[in-house]
Amino acid sequence: MTTLSVGAPVAMRRPIYGWTIHDGLVVARRNLIQTVRVPELLFFSLVQPVIFVLLFAYVFGGAIPIPGDTASDAYRQYLMPGIFGQTVAFAAASSTVGLAEDMHKGLIDRFRALPMAPPAVLIGRTLADAVRQILVLFVLSVTGYLVGWRIDNGLLNAIYAYALLLLFAYTVAWIGAWIGLYMPNPETANTAGLVWLFPMTFLSNAFVPLSSLPGFLQVIAAWNPISALVLACRELFGNPTGAGGDYWPLQHPQLYTILSCVLLIALFSTLAVRRYRRTTSR
Amino acid sequence: MTTDAAVHAEGLVKEFGEVKALDGIDLTVNRGQVVGLLGPNGAGKTTTVRILSTLLQPTAGYATVAGFDVVKNPDDVRRAIGLTGQYAAVDEYLTGRENLRMFGDLYHLSPKYVKERSAELLEWFDLTAAADRPAKTYSGGMRRRLDLAASLVAQPSILFLDEPTTGLDPRSRLGLWGVIENLVASGTTVLLTTQYLEEADQLAEDIVVIDHGKVIAHGTSEQLKDQIGGDRVEVTVVDPESVGRAAEALRSVASGDALIEELRVSAPVSGGSTVLVDAIRALDGQGVAVSDLQLRRPTLDDVFMSLTGHAAEEEKPVAEAKGRRRRGRGGEEA
Repeated sequence: MTTLSVGAPVAMRRPIYGWTIHDGLVVARRNLIQTVRVPELLFFSLVQPVIFVLLFAYVFGGAIPIPGDTASDAYRQYLMPGIFGQTVAFAAASSTVGLAEDMHKGLIDRFRALPMAPPAVLIGRTLADAVRQILVLFVLSVTGYLVGWRIDNGLLNAIYAYALLLLFAYTVAWIGAWIGLYMPNPETANTAGLVWLFPMTFLSNAFVPLSSLPGFLQVIAAWNPISALVLACRELFGNPTGAGGDYWPLQHPQLYTILSCVLLIALFSTLAVRRYRRTTSR
Repeated sequence: MTTDAAVHAEGLVKEFGEVKALDGIDLTVNRGQVVGLLGPNGAGKTTTVRILSTLLQPTAGYATVAGFDVVKNPDDVRRAIGLTGQYAAVDEYLTGRENLRMFGDLYHLSPKYVKERSAELLEWFDLTAAADRPAKTYSGGMRRRLDLAASLVAQPSILFLDEPTTGLDPRSRLGLWGVIENLVASGTTVLLTTQYLEEADQLAEDIVVIDHGKVIAHGTSEQLKDQIGGDRVEVTVVDPESVGRAAEALRSVASGDALIEELRVSAPVSGGSTVLVDAIRALDGQGVAVSDLQLRRPTLDDVFMSLTGHAAEEEKPVAEAKGRRRRGRGGEEA
């Protein structure tokens, strides 16, 4: 065994975007390498939304009338933005599980003992989970095309819609990250990471028109940011909207989506970073 | 004791709700020294290391590492230390080289330096052949070596090793001991926690024994052994009926009372190896047939037993530990 001889450590120049972003990107790169190394995980995260498309389009599709659109494929046009919204919301679960696993394996301890920016591990996690959704949205869009869904309002509007979906994915990833930091083990994270997403995505206009919900649920669904997101996408893609009703968020779906995303990121990144600073593996 | 200690802690207290994990730990590690923090599971070893490596804040007391206050200047502390925890905390989907690169980047070191340093560490830890394979495919010993390599990327002057060999097979453990000895030879300060008495004995110049969050003894391995008395004569008899007579024989040459455990009788002695001759004569005089007779230096196991009243490793079922009275038996944990 020889002695080490490289010489004293040489520091890196501070990048113009600062250390927090630098460290966040380093961690995001690591999380994305994981995605490439475990393609099975990505594959199965795609299977679920694709199955949802097929189930809803062929099983429930005929039973759900869309107000204001009587065309025979109206539900499929209506459904796809809902599936997009639901799918990106599930990005939160991978943040929850990912952080719980990092804690369980002692990696969070190691990161916390490094002179790196405290939010970086969380930024890297949420960023990677949002970036992964680009591929997911691509596969889903292709599936949608195969069952008859169409983008009908110009390319720019469609890009805007995809951008809103990714912003929303990044937002829920922060909520998922915050939950992940409270998980005692990855097994619990697997359940807890998903359990809130079902009511959140189903209590919305994602799969059924708002008007089909009973009064008080309608109010909740109207203010649910997913409803605004899905409605904004329907408008931008030129799909049937199913009529919004007299609710402010649904009269300004783009504004409400962006506002709620900004507020939720501000809230949950603050909570998550505070928690991260105190967390240790057990 | 110098004032520029690498690690210095005074009156560290840590409470988790009602539970007092640390109850006033004082600790000093001088530069270039290896100190072993020895204690059973739950004694407070890991909590101490976590406070010193800025992962936990103490409820009371204060500590400096590399001259920096762990609570007030955590980032300065983090730049000076390397930490290897109880798990091999590496990313198992990244290759060995990618892991080292990631940690180098997070230490904000230049890419060129990180590249050279990683290659050197991989070579040094005998991981070059596996460097471009995901860490998932590594054996337990290889992961630990990668883990240790990761904490050395920035060449820390102080290294915290929290039970570095727990769960390793004896061969990997010996290999890791060699690596740690090399690091120490090159001037690194090491604070090592372990529940293996043999490991503390082998690696540490100075041993701090803790139990229930308190320091209960402190000194070199030799000093600790002296603290509980000198050599012991140990006899194993053939006939269970004769243990009483063997004990009587040993009492006549011993400096203290004899202890009986099944077929084994032992007693503290002074006067070196000539007492063995006296012991044989006394046993012969009592007509005791002996299958084994030896003069033994006390082990750290004995130290631990006499300091805490219980054995160092608590995983043993209570009934078994009681039935066997582990006093006077060393080297079991290998």
